[in-house]
Amino acid sequence: MNMRNILLFAGMALLIVLEGSTTFGGLFGGSWNTALFILNFGLLSAIMALGVNMQWGYAGLFNVGVVGFIALGGLAPVLIATPPVTEVWTTGGVGRLIFALIVGAGVIALAITLNHRLRGKVRLVALCVTLIGGFFLYRALFDPAVEVIEAFNPATNSNLGGLGLPVLLAWPVGAALAAGAAWLIGKTALGLRSDYLAIATLGIGEIIIATLKNEDWLARGVKNVIGIPRPVPYEVDLQSSSGFIEFAARFGADPVVASTIVVKLLYAVLFLVVLLVLITASELALRSPWGRMMRAIRDNEVAAEAMGKNVTGRHLQIFMLGSAVCGLAGAMMVTMDSLHNPGTYNPLRFTFLIWVMVIVGGSGNNWGAMLGGFLISFLWLKVESWGPAGLEYLTSGLDPASPLREHLKDSAAHMRLIALGLVLLLVLRFSPRGLIPEK
Amino acid sequence: MDLLNAVVALLNFVVIPATAYGAQLALGALGVTLIYGILRFSNFAHGDTMALGTGFVILVTWWLQSMGVTFGVLPTAFLALPFGIAATAAVVLLTDRSVYRFYRKQRAAPVILVIVSMGVMFVMNGVTRFVIGVDEIRFADGAKFLINANEFKQSTGLAEGLAFKASQAQTIVTAIAVVALLFWFLNKTRTGKSMRAYSDNEDLALLSGINPERVVAVTWIIASGLAVIAGTLYGLDKSFKAFNYFQLLLPIFASAIVGGLGSPLGAIAGGFLIAFSEVGFTYAWKKVATYVLPESLAPDGLAQLLSTDYKFAVSFAILIVVLLFKPTGLFKGKAV
Repeated sequence: MNMRNILLFAGMALLIVLEGSTTFGGLFGGSWNTALFILNFGLLSAIMALGVNMQWGYAGLFNVGVVGFIALGGLAPVLIATPPVTEVWTTGGVGRLIFALIVGAGVIALAITLNHRLRGKVRLVALCVTLIGGFFLYRALFDPAVEVIEAFNPATNSNLGGLGLPVLLAWPVGAALAAGAAWLIGKTALGLRSDYLAIATLGIGEIIIATLKNEDWLARGVKNVIGIPRPVPYEVDLQSSSGFIEFAARFGADPVVASTIVVKLLYAVLFLVVLLVLITASELALRSPWGRMMRAIRDNEVAAEAMGKNVTGRHLQIFMLGSAVCGLAGAMMVTMDSLHNPGTYNPLRFTFLIWVMVIVGGSGNNWGAMLGGFLISFLWLKVESWGPAGLEYLTSGLDPASPLREHLKDSAAHMRLIALGLVLLLVLRFSPRGLIPEK
Repeated sequence: MDLLNAVVALLNFVVIPATAYGAQLALGALGVTLIYGILRFSNFAHGDTMALGTGFVILVTWWLQSMGVTFGVLPTAFLALPFGIAATAAVVLLTDRSVYRFYRKQRAAPVILVIVSMGVMFVMNGVTRFVIGVDEIRFADGAKFLINANEFKQSTGLAEGLAFKASQAQTIVTAIAVVALLFWFLNKTRTGKSMRAYSDNEDLALLSGINPERVVAVTWIIASGLAVIAGTLYGLDKSFKAFNYFQLLLPIFASAIVGGLGSPLGAIAGGFLIAFSEVGFTYAWKKVATYVLPESLAPDGLAQLLSTDYKFAVSFAILIVVLLFKPTGLFKGKAV
């Protein structure tokens, strides 16, 4: 950390403090609530950016399915923390479902073994028979189980529920889920060229989102799961506790506002702890012999392979690690919202925006990715309000009823896509190593 | 057993829709594959180029309609198409000048160009939404059907109706014409030959005096023409929605890769392969099966292999299988 980087981070902190304390002619919100919201959003984004930076910055792997890994991590709080739906945990329901999933996995394992053992035409025939037969067997076992589960209480459940465990446990589980998916996709696509990996990850991202939206038995799909347990107290409980009202009064604050701020602060502390642990670990890893090996592989795969490094193995490892970090962030995000809403997983927001953060911050440098995460989150949230305000000012000469002005006002929300695309293009062109370049 | 009805049902629900969709994908994949062949990167902005171009076409269509101009039985959008292509080509050439050329001169790695195209995608996506909004727009006019399901039932006396939408017929005819023109251009004209030479071996082409900037400019113009035509046909057939075009990126890339990146013939084959598999896997086969199979064997359920929400999974699975077993695609594309 040199002086310049400290100044950059101080500037970022100043932006958030300004957002909380002043309105400055409408440029900032002037509310601690929004400032803390931006801070939490920034903390989550910084963690996601760290994950993408591991893949791209350390190893040069181009993953455009980040949204899928985040969404998969977000599934964990539902599966771990929500109360179990004991009514469907019967032999015909969840029992049969688990059996079907095991059979499905078995079919794929058998197909992979056959693929390794056999050669020529026999292999093709055997693979086709196994996969097609296995598919129908799986569906025959799976479909009735899903019907049983989804038929139970569709208004509030229709899913298999969770395990009722503490929600913080869901964070590592979310990371593990994402890492598992990364292992599957990495095993198949990592040996291929960089473009192909990009398309393959784009596909897996879409498929994970489609699954989460449509498999109601898993997490209610687009019907959303609400009221996921939280690791911090509820605002209403704080507002009714006499100790808290006294505490708020000591600051001369309204208990309602104070409770929302305290809850957001508690989340910020939790997220900050995770972020600090992650960045310490990544910095140590990057400086270790392992980190030097990763960079050697990134800069010259052929030379690294000639030195006896297992390029594909290391790629798989870093791909899983980076995806796990994204999954962790996804689990944390769902925990903060206490809402699982797969309809909001938009690749523009959760894949490409994270990429902008990494590139703007400085790919290959953890601090850079982190700063990029904060800065781009801030811009992403602020441009949404600056866009309409700016247009309001620009079109103030027009007749208020003019259709052009109406149209411009309606579309102003899309300004941020243009703005962030331009930021990405300008940084790539004029400062391709980012705000905090790799050493 | 009722083979005739089964054939009609199959045509109606599988063959005709999949052929039209395949033609749209093939046109999109041709653009991707041309850019890959000449500029040597996967253009992630292609879906949004399609959306932007279709947006231009819709605007001109509305303007023509407000002037009272229509195109008889054909949709007015066909009249607007040349304007849309010209506007899109101008935007794309401007993008090349201001964005891509810098990296080309630097001989940047292909993956950097992919990231740059991601930035272009962001901007184009925003501009499209800004200009035309995010809502679903239907802009087809003119005749709706070539063969109407009810009339078909009455005239043939069959239980199954056969509907052949005008937009599907227009898609297929336009695609054939465009592809024929493209192949004639690539194989017979001097510019087309220089493009193929450049794609095969850049250094050799430069040595023989081919102007690279001209080849690149022509490639962008052709690719944007293909993108706008594909986008407009897709919009006429289904409807226009900016986000759907972004999502088309996956089947389009799958088509181009399955056929072999850089191979125009492969892009067409890939487009139809993807389209037929997508429709085939997500179609509920109950109806056809009940006609063909004896009554005792008829299925109880819908006999649908996958729900339509998983159509991406089909193109993805084909993509993975082809990449694992034949990494250069079915038609021997290039690997950079």
